[in-house]
Amino acid sequence: MQPTDATAADSGVEIDIQQVQKIYETRAGEEVRALECIDQHIAPGEFVSIVGPSGCGKSTLLAILAGLLEQDHGTVRINSQLVTRSHPRMAVVFQRDLLLKWRTVEDNILLPVEVKGWKISEYRPRARDLMKQVGLIDFARKYPDELSGGMRQRVAICRALVQQPGLLLMDEPFGALDALTREQMTIDLQRLWRRINNTVVFVTHSIDEAIFLSDRVLVMSPRPGKIDLDLKIDIPRPRRLAGRTSPQFLSYLESIRNTFERQGVLVEEDVS
Amino acid sequence: MKTARKLSKRNMALGNGGAILFALALLALWQVIVPLVGISELVLPTPYQIGRRLVVDHRILLHDSYYTLFEVLCGFGMAVGIGVPLALLIFYSKAIERVLYPLLIAFQTVPKVALAPLLVLWFGFGFMPKILISFLTAFFPIVIATVVGLEQLEEEMVRLLKSMGASERQTFWKLRLPTALPSVFGGLKVGIGLAVIGSIIGEYVASEQGLGYRQLTANAQFDSTMNFAALVMISILGVLTFYAIHFVERAFVRVR
Repeated sequence: MQPTDATAADSGVEIDIQQVQKIYETRAGEEVRALECIDQHIAPGEFVSIVGPSGCGKSTLLAILAGLLEQDHGTVRINSQLVTRSHPRMAVVFQRDLLLKWRTVEDNILLPVEVKGWKISEYRPRARDLMKQVGLIDFARKYPDELSGGMRQRVAICRALVQQPGLLLMDEPFGALDALTREQMTIDLQRLWRRINNTVVFVTHSIDEAIFLSDRVLVMSPRPGKIDLDLKIDIPRPRRLAGRTSPQFLSYLESIRNTFERQGVLVEEDVS
Repeated sequence: MKTARKLSKRNMALGNGGAILFALALLALWQVIVPLVGISELVLPTPYQIGRRLVVDHRILLHDSYYTLFEVLCGFGMAVGIGVPLALLIFYSKAIERVLYPLLIAFQTVPKVALAPLLVLWFGFGFMPKILISFLTAFFPIVIATVVGLEQLEEEMVRLLKSMGASERQTFWKLRLPTALPSVFGGLKVGIGLAVIGSIIGEYVASEQGLGYRQLTANAQFDSTMNFAALVMISILGVLTFYAIHFVERAFVRVR
């Protein structure tokens, strides 16, 4: 894979999830069905969010896609290739930035290039380009402990994108940020993704965030973890934060809320 | 942030300056009080007498220092050379951990110094028993600090590297080792001090050269001044070897 300009389109991968099941055993010996019969097809270049309450298995599903966890049942294919270990065209952004504190921002971003044995000199321009796009270029030589939480998470995103991933997996990437930074990151992510246009699976707690960013939102319910709602989001891009009050946006919000209410995850106060 | 760092540097310089001034004051007090009270040089020499002795007998003292330094470096080198790989084995193999770790901890409760007479019996009067005692005393903290350092790595970090397709070898060099280094250097700093103690104790038991031996002979001859002069050299040895580790640490570990 030849590195090109960071904004160049990099074709996304196709994901095929069939009958995936994952069972954990608790210390008491009880079986917890974290995932039950997940069937999903994710098209190349699709941005899919998974929302759901804590413990609904969304992170488990993401870990299986990442090749970091093995399912008990079923198959996952990326571009028709069975996932048995981390796919080389896949990159993950975790909730915590997980930066190496002894490396500068730039060296942190280039870490996967080193690990994969690619030529650093070829990827440096791409890293610099990414840093420019997220406003980190003046911090290239700084260390993580000199950055704010939002900036650190930007570094983590650059570290994923430098690999030109055909598949970007994000596990509540903005979960540890304050509300304002979070909104800005959401806008920035949309902008970056529109240029790269790869396949993204985005796990979040925030319904707003999911609708704003996605082509499709999957709502999961816990024990057994399964997909309760598969909602296509037809809002033209680029989307604006202000658009979150549009009737269309609100109707999506409504149907996701209703799903949570049906699950008993959201319970309204009784006012009768 | 920059100004804060500068400030703290200035504070440190002030702190060091303060320590030196305080030490000088103590020495001056010592210098004045000893003749005032009329203590004999046989019991407590003055700083001036000790200093003069250091200059006059510098050849013997330097010779002894080199001898002891050699023992310290060999003992410490062995402790690192065996301790760090052993820590890696303990870290990577549950079986080895289960077998060796309890033994190591049990062994740690044995005062290594108490082994000195045995080691002399087995290895004679040369370098060997001193190096071994030095090694044995320095060994334990180095093993423990390395194991603790390796265990500090969060599992999430390992997952990150795994998601990049990293091998265990890459994970070790890029992640485990750098994470462990601050703790490892902590162990090395404790270890080097213990290595000096081990060597001196070894010399006390049986030897023909070295700073510990010099102290013993000085004692036998009621030459307290020489005893103190050797003590000064031992302290210098301890400080120098400690700072040597400190500077190596600075080169490898970024300190905020």
